[in-house]
Amino acid sequence: MLRAEGLRHAFGPVRALDDVSFTLQDGQTLAVFGPNGAGKTTLLKVVAGLIRPQGGRARVDGGRRAVGWIGHQPQLYAQLTVWENLRFWASLYDVAPSDAILARLGLDVHRDRLVRALSRGLVQRVAIARALVHDPRVLLLDEPFTGLDRMAAEEFRKLLAEQAASGRVTVLVTHNVEEGTELATDVAFMRGGRFVYLAPRAGRGAGEIGDAYRRAVAGG
Amino acid sequence: MLRHAWRIARKDLLIEFRSRTAILAVAVFTVLVLLVFNFGRDPTAVATRDLAPSILWVTFTFAAVLTLNRAFHLELENQALEGLLLAPVARGSLYLGKLLANLAFVTIVEAIGLPLFALFFNVPVLPVLPSLAGVIALATVGFVAVGTLFSAMTVRTRFAELLLPVLLLPFMIPPLIWAVLATAALFAGRPLSEAGGWLRLLGAYDIVFVTLAYLLFPATVDE
Repeated sequence: MLRAEGLRHAFGPVRALDDVSFTLQDGQTLAVFGPNGAGKTTLLKVVAGLIRPQGGRARVDGGRRAVGWIGHQPQLYAQLTVWENLRFWASLYDVAPSDAILARLGLDVHRDRLVRALSRGLVQRVAIARALVHDPRVLLLDEPFTGLDRMAAEEFRKLLAEQAASGRVTVLVTHNVEEGTELATDVAFMRGGRFVYLAPRAGRGAGEIGDAYRRAVAGG
Repeated sequence: MLRHAWRIARKDLLIEFRSRTAILAVAVFTVLVLLVFNFGRDPTAVATRDLAPSILWVTFTFAAVLTLNRAFHLELENQALEGLLLAPVARGSLYLGKLLANLAFVTIVEAIGLPLFALFFNVPVLPVLPSLAGVIALATVGFVAVGTLFSAMTVRTRFAELLLPVLLLPFMIPPLIWAVLATAALFAGRPLSEAGGWLRLLGAYDIVFVTLAYLLFPATVDE
């Protein structure tokens, strides 16, 4: 379970988070949409524990060990191979990396290549493998589809759906309403550090969610 | 805790030995500094034996500052630092891992610099090598401990390369003075026991600053 209560945070005069609260039970996926500077990344960083909020609190069952994080940057070492990167990150969680995740993401043939020699899309796949290497219970994903080709994005969507079916909690931050809606059980729109909309998706498609988003955020 | 520290240090060493960029650059820098000192002094004005300890330690100091500058830059590439901070690794383990890796790098640079120093300045290093190695080790632990902390503090600032020496050099002055005095005693052929006071001070500096840096490190990396 993931619970955020009254989160507040500011960078100087800019309010990045302003009284944000939500609770996600096992198996729920919250898609957070919002324009640039709405506070989406700050929200994820606060929930992950990377930023201490100035107000409120976020609690993740299992603590830091339970969190899998994909940020704007892949958090990989360019001078290490794909496998060396995964082995290092897994070792910090006292687990061994599995070949299965490499195969699932089509990385098995790239296992011994240096990360610096990979394309942007392949690097993103390695970043996904890194985030999942310790089998986290909570996934915090910031624009995770960036750089992925259609096939890889489709495979990743399936992987996330399986994760949700097995009880993982996911917070998915994206600009792309279509991309996020498909996976979401709940939808939130952010503007100026606030949730201006938070509701279950309730079977609505990307079109309806997109209309709601425009009304709530863009005022259209 | 030490298990994670070792894994972080091993990763840093693997990356450095694979790229060899920093080690090579600092080794070349060390050679150049020694060459400048060698040709930039008047050997008839001051005896080499009197100048040698200062030259050795000035060279090691600048080489160490250069080496320490890269300690956390590695973690900014692709924001790996976020991953480290998110992992269930004690901040102290992260510090110790970085300290171990930095000690290894600085030791390598010193191991390259010492024979060149003996060659350029015709100083009989071999007869006092075990004692000199002890002095170098004691001094190195102290300033690398402080340097690793300051490297973490400055890495996210705009002028990290400039800020690190400005912050670090004042803290390096005490161990530098004690190391120069102990080294001078060794080069003068006096027994190690005569330098015992300086060595005890270096040891105390190491204990105090490794402990302080370990305790303060979490505050430098947490937002």
